[in-house]
Amino acid sequence: MKKFLTILLVVAMLIPFAALSETYNLATAGSDGELSITMGTNAEFPPFEFVEGEDVVGVDADIAHEIANDLGLTLLISNMAFDSIIPALTSGQIDMGIAAMTVKEERLLSVDFSEPYYNARQALIVKVGGSVVDAETLKDKTIGVQNGTTGDYAAEEYTADVQRFGKALDAVLELQNGKLDAVIVDEPVAKNIVAALGNPDLILLDAVAFEDEFYAIAVAKGHPELLEAINATIKRIQEDGTLDAILLKYFPTEE
Amino acid sequence: MQGFALLMPMFESWYAAIQERAVMGTLGFWENLYKEVYINFLYQERYLNYLRGLWLTLEVTFFAALLGFALGLVLAMLRVQAVQSPDGRGRRASSAVMRFLSWLAGKYINIIRGTPMLLQILIINFGIMAAVKNKTLIGIVACGINSAAYVAEILRGGILSVDKGQIEAGRSLGLSRMQTMVMIVFPQALKSALPSLCNEFIALLKETSILAYIALSDLTKAADYIRSRTYSPFMPYIISGLMYLTVVTILTKAVGVLERRLRQSDAGNEAR
Repeated sequence: MKKFLTILLVVAMLIPFAALSETYNLATAGSDGELSITMGTNAEFPPFEFVEGEDVVGVDADIAHEIANDLGLTLLISNMAFDSIIPALTSGQIDMGIAAMTVKEERLLSVDFSEPYYNARQALIVKVGGSVVDAETLKDKTIGVQNGTTGDYAAEEYTADVQRFGKALDAVLELQNGKLDAVIVDEPVAKNIVAALGNPDLILLDAVAFEDEFYAIAVAKGHPELLEAINATIKRIQEDGTLDAILLKYFPTEE
Repeated sequence: MQGFALLMPMFESWYAAIQERAVMGTLGFWENLYKEVYINFLYQERYLNYLRGLWLTLEVTFFAALLGFALGLVLAMLRVQAVQSPDGRGRRASSAVMRFLSWLAGKYINIIRGTPMLLQILIINFGIMAAVKNKTLIGIVACGINSAAYVAEILRGGILSVDKGQIEAGRSLGLSRMQTMVMIVFPQALKSALPSLCNEFIALLKETSILAYIALSDLTKAADYIRSRTYSPFMPYIISGLMYLTVVTILTKAVGVLERRLRQSDAGNEAR
């Protein structure tokens, strides 16, 4: 009997697997009966997404509002760990992942991506006078990253000693404290954090070239109609200048 | 391990058979379950990630438990002082220094037990031990400091549970207060506190999981890492959860055996 119960419990735990491909809620009724679309993001990544007051704002949040407006739906934003966004998509908890997410082959196995809306690169943050000066000296050093980001993948190419944090800021703080030799994170975020910390010892090193990366919006597999709607909005905001206006709003210093 | 390596090609071929449909998302329940286990445990020797993480978890727990016990013992002794000697009758009242240390120990226990462990770990990592590079050491210190407060209360309870007559007997035999404590009270206190102590260390094993937050590659971080590579919603957590459960179950069994032995020796004493 005890054995049977144990087996029953284990099976019960696994039931969500069965539901993986069926759950999808593009138009779920909100509390007031309004139809909504849920965006998943990790609001630790300024200027793309961060918390201001009680709201998640940033480039990605603004784009999400455009999409929701075009679809005539209310936008709900679910703030979660970055490495939870794709699992949340595949398990149907959110409809779209907009989190400065780079199109990667590994990710394409789990989700579909929209057309890209931003071209970003990885940046290497080091301390002035530190041991890392170029790609050669980056080898086998202690590198800090945000878990599951493209910076994480890039760091693995150089060293086995990768420290994976939940937030990019924590990694940079550890670099500042001298516990890390370098941090690899998306360039816009790197600039933002370094500027915010105001520490002249922290610099972005250009000597290591990373590949161009394109941010796109992730949706669960098997929802071409949603993907099409998102692509239509991206095309519209690129053509009518809305995207440029959004970028200018959050990158005031860049031309 | 050798036999396991021989089985790998078989697992690989099973996965290859369903891989194409996995991308399209048309797997049945059991196929999907197998895919999840394969990509999160077998593929690219990922089980080694869990095992390395488990080893680090055990290492941190072991040394943190040692530190927690040592520090907790000192704290408990200081705390008991305060209880034992307020009357001062017949005994030497504790000195002002001892009273101050006892007060300090009380504050320490209050602060540690009154704040979340996650905050303590973050403060130690980014503040107090900001210059220390060794994450394992930080984990051991942070968990040890936390555990000490709980150990101190457990030991204090144990010491107070020893009958007052035992102290009086020791003192009347001409032992000093210190000797009475070390030779008579403490062995009995430890015996009654031992099961709770062991349970505290088992709890500590699970609590080390929040060290993943400061990028220590323990068992929880291993699951986080695998999950960020396979994008599985929860299978890596189930796998690491089973590993925690296995270790905790073994330790709990061991404590059970220990408790039974202690009871047996009690019964023996009564019979004599």
